[in-house]
Amino acid sequence: MDWQGQKLAEQLMQIILVAFAVVAFFTGYVLGSFQMMLLIYAGGVVLTTLITVPNWPFFNRHPLKWLDPSVAEKHPKPQAAAATTSKKKGSKK
Amino acid sequence: MHSFGYRANALFTFAVTILAFMCAIASFSDTLNSPTPTAHVQVLSINRFQKRPDGDDEVSMTFNISANLRSLFTWNTKQVFVFLAAEYETSKNSLNQVSLWDYIILEKEDAYFRIRSTNKYRFIDQGSNLRGKDFNLTLHWHVMPKTGKMFADKIVMTGYRLPEVYR
Repeated sequence: MDWQGQKLAEQLMQIILVAFAVVAFFTGYVLGSFQMMLLIYAGGVVLTTLITVPNWPFFNRHPLKWLDPSVAEKHPKPQAAAATTSKKKGSKK
Repeated sequence: MHSFGYRANALFTFAVTILAFMCAIASFSDTLNSPTPTAHVQVLSINRFQKRPDGDDEVSMTFNISANLRSLFTWNTKQVFVFLAAEYETSKNSLNQVSLWDYIILEKEDAYFRIRSTNKYRFIDQGSNLRGKDFNLTLHWHVMPKTGKMFADKIVMTGYRLPEVYR
């Protein structure tokens, strides 16, 4: 799953669950049935699980484009000469 | 959200949090219900009124209870526990409560009832104070919800009096 797929999955999960919760609560309240509320919400949780948990293809539409290995070889990493700066970079990560 | 397990964990956590909120709101919706229960108890006869060997007074009575507690039930009600207590004052204690009868109402349909019964539990005073005693019969109830806050209330019925002599 790529970065934008992860964001999409999280937002889908939150929106669908809240929507099902609202529908389930009002249906249960109007019908006077606590069990109906729980059933609708449980259905919503199962549906949300099926949509957002597996790694579906539509979560992978924005693959990261890595540098070609040949390009990377032309720009070798600075070695011991810049030890201090590389440490700083390391700590920022 | 990068792996299967992490997504499953995030979904489960969020789903349970929302469920807790739904239960809290369901419990709050109970406070919007303003019940109008009615109850009436008629003492038909005092079957037995004696001094026990240890000196305590004991009464056995038959009564009719008619009550309509249907308005106590909401969509969030699991059951209603109802009990009838005899309440009276003695010189030693300002409030004596003796449970005479109880019942667990599971269905709203059963909450409108009329029952003739003798006291299910023994009506024994701690002492010998019951001759000619004025007492109240109080119908207490506890509304037990499926989730959230439990409610309790009562109807006090006054004007009952025990006989002056043992029988």
